[in-house]
Amino acid sequence: MLKFYTKRCKGCGICAYFCPRGVLEITELNKSAIKEGKENDCISCGQCEMRCPDYAIFVKKEGA
Amino acid sequence: MKSMEELVDFYFRPNRLPHLWCPGCGNGVILGALLKAIDAENLAKDDVAIISGIGCSSRASGYVDFNTANTLHGRALPISTGLKMARPDLHVITLSGDGDCSAIGGNHLIHAARRNIGLTLVVFNNSIYGMTGGQYSPLTPMGKKATTAPYMTIEPSFDILDLARAAGATFTARATTYHVPILVDVLRKGIRHEGFSIIEVVTGCPTNYGRQNHLGAPAKMMEWQKDHGVMKAAWDKMDEAAREGKFPIGVLSERTDLKEYTKAYDEVIARAQASVKEETA
Repeated sequence: MLKFYTKRCKGCGICAYFCPRGVLEITELNKSAIKEGKENDCISCGQCEMRCPDYAIFVKKEGA
Repeated sequence: MKSMEELVDFYFRPNRLPHLWCPGCGNGVILGALLKAIDAENLAKDDVAIISGIGCSSRASGYVDFNTANTLHGRALPISTGLKMARPDLHVITLSGDGDCSAIGGNHLIHAARRNIGLTLVVFNNSIYGMTGGQYSPLTPMGKKATTAPYMTIEPSFDILDLARAAGATFTARATTYHVPILVDVLRKGIRHEGFSIIEVVTGCPTNYGRQNHLGAPAKMMEWQKDHGVMKAAWDKMDEAAREGKFPIGVLSERTDLKEYTKAYDEVIARAQASVKEETA
């Protein structure tokens, strides 16, 4: 499960670029968000969390 | 071990996010990696001092809840040296940029390395003076554009780690903002090293360096780091032709034969006290 801190996001697009499943996109409002229809595709690999320079996206492990 | 979210909550001063770095700037990745390294080394907040100079990189010290000081342009190392001399028990971590550390503070760098004072210097190398508007620095590669070099730079750049090593640095390492686990690893080793350690972190400046040199989106700049950073073990096996345009990452040199400066200074104190005792006896 992904947790967004939208206020921190600057829409640089690094998370969307490195997501191996193409789950993320940068919206019209210049914020990272889950693409429509990709809600169940996240594999919690942590690429977005590791690369985000703005601490705006975190991966929550299921059940944690 | 804390998750990244917990690390940010624990180590950041309240209400400091979002930070002021530009969209896609790698400095946030470096600061995050530093928090991971400090946490993994189990250092208490009060036992760590983070000293920075001036520049984009140097804003990092103001965000985090340690003993911190944002000091003068190029002078982060002299102030760190003074602090380490007064409080040798502190883990002094100095944050600096390529311009701050290799141009304005270049002399301080070679002398801190020569003395082998027990600091960890992290150089945020974004190849340009970002904050002041994109002037070229001594680490801007030759043939690149900058505000002060609209027709390309004609100066060869420093390899700051070679420079520090030649001046006597006992620990040199390099990582990039793409290679995050390696970055955390070399930061931990640098903090543990007794003596002067320098860690160069290759980071992207999409706003100034990237735009002027048409390097594309921030993610593309990060991918460039992935394609051009080569682990030291693989680098050692490459010939000159294969090394062209690439750079080694990981721990590049480490030696333990030199005494750390504050330890050597303790001996000076002991000798001075012994001579006073003799005179008064």
